[in-house]
Amino acid sequence: MSNLAILPIIIPMLSGIIVAFTNSNVAVTRLLTKLFSIISLLVSAYITYSVFIDGTIILETGDWKAPYGIILVADELSVLLLLTTNIIAAAAAFYAPQSLSLRQENHYFYTFFFLLITGVSGAFLTGDLFNLFVFFEVLLMASYALIVLGGDKVQLRESVKYVLINLFSSVLFVTTVALLYGVVGTVNMAQIAERVAEVEQDGILTTIGILFFFVFGTKAALFPLYYWLPKSYIVPNPVVSALFGALLTKVGIYSILRVFSLIFIHRMDYTHDVFIWIAGLTMLFGVIGALSTNNIKLIIAYNIIPAIGFIIMGIGIFNQDALSGSIYYLIQDMIIKSALFLLVGVIAYVAGTSDLKKMKGLLHDHPVLGWLLFLSALILAGIPPFSGFIGKLLLLKGAFSADEIIIAIIALLASLLILYSVMKIFIRGFWGEKDESLSTTKKASAGMIIPIIGLLAVAVFLGIGAEWIYPAIDGVAEYLLDPQLYIDSVLKE
Amino acid sequence: MEKPNNLILQTATSLIAFILLGFSIYLFMAGHNSPGGGFVGGLVTAAAIVLLYMAYGIDFVNKILPINFRVLIPIGLLVALLTSMGSFIFDVPFLSHTFGYFEFPFFGEVELATAMLFDLGVYLTVVGVTVTIIISIANDKAA
Repeated sequence: MSNLAILPIIIPMLSGIIVAFTNSNVAVTRLLTKLFSIISLLVSAYITYSVFIDGTIILETGDWKAPYGIILVADELSVLLLLTTNIIAAAAAFYAPQSLSLRQENHYFYTFFFLLITGVSGAFLTGDLFNLFVFFEVLLMASYALIVLGGDKVQLRESVKYVLINLFSSVLFVTTVALLYGVVGTVNMAQIAERVAEVEQDGILTTIGILFFFVFGTKAALFPLYYWLPKSYIVPNPVVSALFGALLTKVGIYSILRVFSLIFIHRMDYTHDVFIWIAGLTMLFGVIGALSTNNIKLIIAYNIIPAIGFIIMGIGIFNQDALSGSIYYLIQDMIIKSALFLLVGVIAYVAGTSDLKKMKGLLHDHPVLGWLLFLSALILAGIPPFSGFIGKLLLLKGAFSADEIIIAIIALLASLLILYSVMKIFIRGFWGEKDESLSTTKKASAGMIIPIIGLLAVAVFLGIGAEWIYPAIDGVAEYLLDPQLYIDSVLKE
Repeated sequence: MEKPNNLILQTATSLIAFILLGFSIYLFMAGHNSPGGGFVGGLVTAAAIVLLYMAYGIDFVNKILPINFRVLIPIGLLVALLTSMGSFIFDVPFLSHTFGYFEFPFFGEVELATAMLFDLGVYLTVVGVTVTIIISIANDKAA
């Protein structure tokens, strides 16, 4: 039944509304949140299964035929990202009660949490550019509320920057959609792709394409547009940082991937070649940021940026290996970034500080945390047999077969520095003599550790189980290289 | 300080508020065939309520309108979402709407559409959001 495609959007939305009613009773709200996030995870797993068995699900909402109504497209790429989103959401739902203060929970935290998931799922599923904008706003509105929840002075300061930059890029997004509508006369992505192909993407369309890249690049924190990200991602609660780090920038990357594999593909010398240079600069500047600081939360936040660089590099190279590398890296990075943010949240909690200079010898009291951090650093840097390795290997293979040697070297160098930046936390914070001045009374509760172990288990499986996962992702890359498949499945004439 | 006398404002408000409420219901109902709909209807209702707050003060209006406007937001969202989900029962795509003609004693034959229920959700949400924003700012004590 085609209504299956709407379920990942309505289940979180309905849950958000229901927990708004039970807001005053925290115990019930927590229970319902866990329950609904599990349901949502199971439903999205079922949808993923049925899309891979039976092919793309198209839902024409309101029974209006394809180019006229809003359509939702659950293809292989969207459902993989949906499943990943729901895994992260479930982990966050179990982690949140341990990490939030009662006051934050009482101020509709869980409602905003579910609305964020609604927006992210909607952005992954929609087949309509204006609808994509609306879902961007849904997730941004929820993120504005989440970033400021608690009302610390530093949160207020960073949220002003965050809201301003996002409002600016949203205004530009609407303007660009208006321009595109003025030129092609439709906002349905499949029909846009068809019409752009007809006129072979003349000058104005390439300009619009670059404008889209600018809009999504701001959301995704690409090289010259990333300055707002690191500080604003570390001020909210760790669970909020994990959701932001794992989901928000990745929605921007998904939009770039979708738009530049479906619509603007006729002038690659102007568009995709630029991506490769931007990818290289994004990696270098992100990793320099990660090395420049001693704040453990900031190290992880800066590490988002080179990962975005890796993914955009695959989109720029645009051959089968590079694209499947990008998708592999996208999925594993969503998982590992959320795990790392949660983990760093726990470390900062037990150490009582997030300054690396003030912590030493944590391994004596917190061996589990230490080895989890060690494992996630290996996964992040891409040490075989873990999941980061396969994504990067495919990306490098794609780069070498396209003769893009320089970017491949930059990528290898960036990986080394990423490993160093995270290992620095392990070496300085966990090794050494036990520091008696640190507050050792605080213990990480099982409720904090178990969601992290769950996420890391998924990340390890993505690496060890590459035999099963790689063919699926290779299929997605093949599908992305042929936009006619998408167009035909939407506009079935 | 002498207590200000709001006699003219209060007398005018008790008249104007009802005209505004009536007009907002007209706007809400007219949305299908002429300008109007849930959004403007909700805004005009909120304007009427805010006018009452201005003329009579928060405590008095809370007594005559014992509504928690914050709860109105999820109620409105729920109405809109459940209307859209009603399509699941009839096994048609999400957000499908339907309509029918019904005979009423006074109005005669009237077209009723389920899009109206969706609009009711929009209406409730808009009233809830607008009044919540205004009241939270008005209640904010200078710290």
